[in-house]
Amino acid sequence: MEEKVAIIEALIFASEAPLAAERIAEILPDADKNEIVSLLAALARQYEERGGGICLREVAGGFQFRTRTDMAPWLRKLKASRPAMLSPAAMETLAVVAYRQPLVKSEIDRIRGVDASGALKGLLEKKLVRIVGRKDVPGKPIIYGTTRKFLEVFNLKDLSELPTLRELKDLQGQQE
Amino acid sequence: MSYEIKLDIFEGPLDLLLYLIRKNEIDIYNIPIALITEQYLSYLDMMRSLNLDLAGEYLVLASTLIHIKSKLLLPPAGGDGEEEEGEDPRAELVQQLLEYQAFKEAALLLDGRPLLERDVFKRGAPEEEPLTAEETDDALVEVDVFELVTAFRRIIAGTGIKEDLEIDAEKMSLSDRINEIMEILTEKGQTTFTDLLGDRTDRRRIIYTFLAILELMKLRMVRAYQSGPFGAIRLFPAVEG
Repeated sequence: MEEKVAIIEALIFASEAPLAAERIAEILPDADKNEIVSLLAALARQYEERGGGICLREVAGGFQFRTRTDMAPWLRKLKASRPAMLSPAAMETLAVVAYRQPLVKSEIDRIRGVDASGALKGLLEKKLVRIVGRKDVPGKPIIYGTTRKFLEVFNLKDLSELPTLRELKDLQGQQE
Repeated sequence: MSYEIKLDIFEGPLDLLLYLIRKNEIDIYNIPIALITEQYLSYLDMMRSLNLDLAGEYLVLASTLIHIKSKLLLPPAGGDGEEEEGEDPRAELVQQLLEYQAFKEAALLLDGRPLLERDVFKRGAPEEEPLTAEETDDALVEVDVFELVTAFRRIIAGTGIKEDLEIDAEKMSLSDRINEIMEILTEKGQTTFTDLLGDRTDRRRIIYTFLAILELMKLRMVRAYQSGPFGAIRLFPAVEG
């Protein structure tokens, strides 16, 4: 294994959060970002070829070792309690926030047809959604957006990796 | 007309409406409002009869549906209605349904992703250690006076009390015993009822110890915990110190 790849592997291994390529570039000054990106790709490939239980994934703007999806049944046994998954209401609310952010609560309510206060509170507590600011209109409503943790939890590189929302066909267009 | 009612939990009025549209295999762009309104209202009745907390939003949509239905019944306003058919009163609702449906699908897609701590795991993710059998046994439960009394009875019974008739028994007062117990607790941080008694099993000592603990619990100076029925009763000082 090339020395630099080994260093990158060690850095990612020891890092708590997903490690950004830029950060690796700071640590390895004699390699530029492009080189690091290709080294990361080489490392990811090595793990893939090895066929082990771990793979290198790009999540939330950084790189992280994660277990392979098909290892989940055993890992769930290791971790005693299954983490509380999101309710359908919370999931819908999260989807609206993710695709329409930044947005205010009334917009979420409108789309879902129900009051989203409860679901929103839960998402804030789980740190999947955060307060981005306040809208400069009367009442200064709170603006919400998703967090970095959202990307981490949902295995997303960045927001652009969100599955595409089904095109909302224009009703007029549909009726000729 | 009766409906076979399957109680689903709906995420809201739009969800219920989508469900009805799916169930009847209706084209969302051409909703038979009369039929859907009727079914929608009978669902509301059913939910109400089950005492389900009916959110106000359900009623708002009900009134929207009825409003649309009445609009459809009315002949198009104005004489020149022929060329300009006017907007379909259902259009806005359909738009809303489509939008909601898109997000509902998106929610499912999101949920289908490999989720951290569900499908994929990262190194050193906070481990919620399964309680080992030993730990489970030792999990402490706060005890009340009744458990304490039970323990007391058991100890009394266990002594088989053969009281030596020593007249000059150890002079002991309740406040002495309280102080002793507090000293032990400050020193050791915790102790058990049985430990406090030691091998000294004369009735008087047992009773004073018991009374002292009750007094300390009453004063909230100690807390008593038990690991399970008939487990050892452990005492901890109530305040750090």
